[in-house]
Amino acid sequence: MSEPLLQAVNLQCERDERVLFRDLSFSIVPGTVTRVEGPNGSGKTTLLRILAGLNDAWSGELLWRGEPRVNLREEFQRNMLYLGHRTGIKTLLTPLENLRALMAGRRPLSDDVLRQALAGTGLAGFQDVPCRNLSAGQQRRVALARLLVADEPLWLLDEVFTAIDVDGVSAIESLLQQRAAEGGAVVVTTHHDLRMAGMHRIVLGGGLDDER
Amino acid sequence: MSADLRPEIKPVSAGVGTFAAMKAVFGRDLKVAFRQKQDLLNPLLFFVMVVSLFPLGVSPEVSFLREAGAGILWVAALLSVLLSLDHLFRHDFDDGSLEQLVLQPQPLFLLVLAKTLAHWMLTGLPLVVLTPVLGVMVHQEGNSIAVLCLTLLIGTPVLSLIGAIGAALTLGLRSAGVLLSLLIIPLYIPVLIFGTGTVAAAADGASVGAYVALMAAFLVLAVTLAPFAAAAALRISLSNG
Amino acid sequence: MWQWFHKLGSPKWFFGIANRLMPWLLAGGLIILAVGVVWGLAFAPKDYLQGNSYRIIFIHVPTAFLAQSVYIMMAVAAVVTLVWRMKLADVFVKAVAPVGLVLTFLALFTGAVWGKPTWGTWWIWDARLTSMLILLFLYGGVIALDRAINDEKSAARAVAVLVLVGVVNIPIIKYSVEWWNTLHQPATLKLTEKPSMSSEMLIPLLLSILGLYLLFGWLACIRMQTEILVREQRTKWVREMVMAGRN
Repeated sequence: MSEPLLQAVNLQCERDERVLFRDLSFSIVPGTVTRVEGPNGSGKTTLLRILAGLNDAWSGELLWRGEPRVNLREEFQRNMLYLGHRTGIKTLLTPLENLRALMAGRRPLSDDVLRQALAGTGLAGFQDVPCRNLSAGQQRRVALARLLVADEPLWLLDEVFTAIDVDGVSAIESLLQQRAAEGGAVVVTTHHDLRMAGMHRIVLGGGLDDER
Repeated sequence: MSADLRPEIKPVSAGVGTFAAMKAVFGRDLKVAFRQKQDLLNPLLFFVMVVSLFPLGVSPEVSFLREAGAGILWVAALLSVLLSLDHLFRHDFDDGSLEQLVLQPQPLFLLVLAKTLAHWMLTGLPLVVLTPVLGVMVHQEGNSIAVLCLTLLIGTPVLSLIGAIGAALTLGLRSAGVLLSLLIIPLYIPVLIFGTGTVAAAADGASVGAYVALMAAFLVLAVTLAPFAAAAALRISLSNG
Repeated sequence: MWQWFHKLGSPKWFFGIANRLMPWLLAGGLIILAVGVVWGLAFAPKDYLQGNSYRIIFIHVPTAFLAQSVYIMMAVAAVVTLVWRMKLADVFVKAVAPVGLVLTFLALFTGAVWGKPTWGTWWIWDARLTSMLILLFLYGGVIALDRAINDEKSAARAVAVLVLVGVVNIPIIKYSVEWWNTLHQPATLKLTEKPSMSSEMLIPLLLSILGLYLLFGWLACIRMQTEILVREQRTKWVREMVMAGRN
């Protein structure tokens, strides 16, 4: 088995006087899809934001390729793609402009490639329409187009299936599977019943009490 | 979804240069702003209206306006910048682009600097351009107007930079606008004092070189320190969200 | 060394130390302050220029002095909060910010009372008074931001950033206000100007300052203890202590 990309050791997070999780340890290994599971309010999004480095109200250890992540912020951010609840799509810009802006700091690509990526998510013909004229699902597809051109080894995806139709969902599923087969690591939170061969699981909300 | 576009997976070692990333952030902010032109006009309208309140509310006498005009314009400019600060990060926070900005593999304080520069180009700079017209309306002499424009040209970027800290700290809070003003106005006082003081000195016929140099020093200090504080504040505010 | 530092940050440890320290701070503070103030108000010689009205100096100067030092102390604590994430440091900032605000207000109030006989008016835009007014704004901002953020850790760190930005600005504000003052009114009689601060005046003044410092220490301890109890209410040691107190 290859060396883990990201390792969590005894992760603990408290939010608003409530322990969300504690003693959480896991490894994210290349070539796998990991699903974070748990009921509403169990801290799935919080965990993903902690892994992404957005939320730092946690204790424990996070290792990136075996070394403490705190010292490697830039390298980590170069190798990690995070897609949140809020997608980072500007409604005043067109899908093409959005994708260009999102890729500019990571991997500038020619407009041709970006257009193809947008077409690949089912937005052919909509590339130059302001995003505020698109549906919620279409706006999410703009964000998802990043996945078609992303080369980061680690993907952290929060609720990727929200507002996506049936065809889109199965396309994303196969994309994630393919990604894992190619050696990428994917972590997803979703209420959607995602089933994949060899999928890893992190289960949250296992009845933690409030005693310290 | 077709996947043939995807490059092979490899650790990304060489990223995009910081300057290129700053340019991209700057360009995107300008583009978004020009798609919503009314938002650009609002601080300017506010500026003009506040200035016109003084002749109406205090006195339209030429002697009063000549005396107080520079101060009025400075206070009005300060308030319009304050009013526009809420926009600096708010939309990006709401639509998630701020998260993506923070996660970009470049030093955050430089990206914040690029955003702040865009903010100044869209608010501070137009105020400076408008100042000669308003200066004439409050009976300032030609020389005073020139010095006034110069002090605003140096001073408004300081206002944007310090304001960015406040905007970042109050991100996502209830009644963020009022709170932002409470935090930031005390920090604006030195800039205001030297801005208006320099114009007063010029009106008295004194040489203003030293004062202008001092304001430039404020600007240098703000450019070097404020983006760090604003970047730290952004991380804190996002961590909370 | 490091362990000692870590221990210093432990709220439980602080709680015990504070309990032992507080009686001394209170008693020492009250006695020294009383000696200083009574000496200053009743026995120190008259000022040849301002007569008896200068005697408010024995209240005004200590409050103004402490109001500024408290902000500096908060800035030191803010650095500790941001760099080492020591819990006790942000407890300190949160506990003393309102005290600083009240001290600043007292300094302004006594300044105004002093201004009446000196200048014939309650308020003059004197450089020192104006600086204190701005300090009052800074304290107000810190408290407002702290109250506005629900999450305790975020509040602590956001407030720390604000305090640090403020402390960088304080010298700039002081300098610019003094410059502004000379620009607008040629120096007349200044408050706290000491043309002939004889030792008979200086000693009671220093005693008042020292006494107020000790009292501040006592107040800070009490407020920090309260804040710690609120924050740590779910921990075992607080529960045990409260239960023990009840029996």
